[in-house]
Amino acid sequence: MMIAIDNLTQKFSAPDGTTVHALDRVSLHIQQGEFISLIGPSGCGKSTLLRIIADLITPTEGQVLVNGKPAHQARQDREYGFVFQSATLYDWRTVLKNVELPLEIMGYGKAEREARARDMLRLVELGDFANKYPWQLSGGMQQRVSIARALAFQPKILLMDEPFGALDEMTRERMNNELLRIWQQLGVTCIFVTHSIPEAVYLSTRVVVMSARPGRISATIDIPLAQPRGPETRDHDDFFHLQSQVRAALREGAGEKVDERTARRVGVDG
Amino acid sequence: MTQARSSEKLQTAFIVVLLLLAVVGLWEGAKAFSRAVNYALDLPWGGTLDLRNFNNQQLPHLGDIARSFVEPAQRNGPPLGLILLNASLFTLSSAVIGFVLGGVLGFLLAIIFAHSRLLQRGLLPYVVASQTIPILAIAPMVVVWMRQINLTGLAVPIIAAYLTFFPVTVYALRGLTSVSPLQLELMRSYAATRWQILFKLRIPNALPQIFTALKISATASVVGTIIGELPSGIQSGLGGAILNFNQYYVQGPPRLWATIVAASLVGMLFFGVVALAERLIVRWNRPE
Ligand SMILES: Nc1ncnc2c1ncn2[C@@H]1O[C@H](COP(=O)(O)OP(=O)(O)OP(=O)(O)O)[C@@H](O)[C@H]1O
Ligand SMILES: [Mg+2]
Repeated sequence: MMIAIDNLTQKFSAPDGTTVHALDRVSLHIQQGEFISLIGPSGCGKSTLLRIIADLITPTEGQVLVNGKPAHQARQDREYGFVFQSATLYDWRTVLKNVELPLEIMGYGKAEREARARDMLRLVELGDFANKYPWQLSGGMQQRVSIARALAFQPKILLMDEPFGALDEMTRERMNNELLRIWQQLGVTCIFVTHSIPEAVYLSTRVVVMSARPGRISATIDIPLAQPRGPETRDHDDFFHLQSQVRAALREGAGEKVDERTARRVGVDG
Repeated sequence: MTQARSSEKLQTAFIVVLLLLAVVGLWEGAKAFSRAVNYALDLPWGGTLDLRNFNNQQLPHLGDIARSFVEPAQRNGPPLGLILLNASLFTLSSAVIGFVLGGVLGFLLAIIFAHSRLLQRGLLPYVVASQTIPILAIAPMVVVWMRQINLTGLAVPIIAAYLTFFPVTVYALRGLTSVSPLQLELMRSYAATRWQILFKLRIPNALPQIFTALKISATASVVGTIIGELPSGIQSGLGGAILNFNQYYVQGPPRLWATIVAASLVGMLFFGVVALAERLIVRWNRPE
């Protein structure tokens, strides 16, 4: 077993004194080499879950174990590559130097740094842009640089927070295929946040559906579509069938919440 | 694009020349007008306005000031321009030492404050307070202290540093702490150390602001040096020249004015060098 998430609860206290229940007893076990998509309404805690897994925030309760060791240790061991919702490139570094950044921090030699960074840029089809500065790239290109940067040090776990949210449909599909190729080639474990049902189904081995207030996992749907996937996958009957399944689970998750709210209102009135 | 940029340069040059002409026009115009009315203007609502400040003694012709550079300051002495050049170089070297001292001190303070909220809250008020003390009041004391420990040569640079470090602390602190949370999280995801975050994220992020401060400090250090030279009895710099030509003002008013021009040229030169360094170092930004 690879990542064991057990009973995670995360509460944030807002400045006005109220408490936000971002995650409520979330448990999820992920096998090595899986591709997990997190999908759910805005504010249901997807980014928070990703941050806790990466040990960027410490949960109020519960724990994350990566191959038996705490998330903190896994972060110290550089097992996480994180792709944020926005590209977060450093303005003062060229594209190549941005991809080299994690390698610099981890103490790789100059020659190896550059060779690896160039490889990764080729992987995301930006080999010709190595010496450009971030502002000279489109939003989609910047996001691809940030993916190259996350892959440069070959982390075992790739955490991606809506990496393709800002891309047009065509680029997005191409990036999906590239991501699948990279995933299979490198054998990384991926946890991927998205708002797109087709994207989640196309990429994943498992789709985790979340509901909001408090953030919970409302369903987990296996995606047994054949590997490797490609354009023909998108025409497969199962592809549509599974999308409907995810959509239904999302609706059910939202429905529960409505029920709860009605119940509460009734309670107050009575 | 190059064409647009060169036409922009032309526009800048045009404006600079225009402003220069305006200053010359105002200066000489005010003088000519004052002389025409015999340095007293009857006000329509009664009383007279004293315009004697515009006479040749108080406000020499620009031409006379320019000419004074090539004329000897004393009989059979070297031309004033040469004297001022030497004085400027002397003052500039003190200013540069003060600038470096102050810059380093200011930067170190900013780094300390960026890493410790406690020290920032405890020390920053004193740093601010230090800037409210008139430099003229402490300059003589610094000179005396430095003489006591046999480092007289450092007195003036230290006074200059006193004016230099503050903008650097304020701007660098702002730059070091204004990194986005996401960029910090990125660093944390690599398990980067404090030092790596400082050198690879905070300092580069602060560079544009640091250069803003350094440009302010460059001119401030020249002012600080001249102020420091006044009470310390140093004759070789612009401060000494100002004292000297002030004392003998009546014998040659343009000399003091020429010294003022020299002082401002030194400040502008220093500013220009820092601005050039900024251009060479902060080169990642989108051209406007
Ligand atoms: N640092 C924080 N401090 C306080 N509240 C927070 C913090 N981070 C997240 N929250 C709250 O926790 C909840 C979950 O936020 P999160 O960003 O995880 O949602 P999300 O599922 O990623 O949403 P989206 O799809 O819009 O990105 C939200 O209500 C949010 O306001
Ligand atoms: Mg989010």
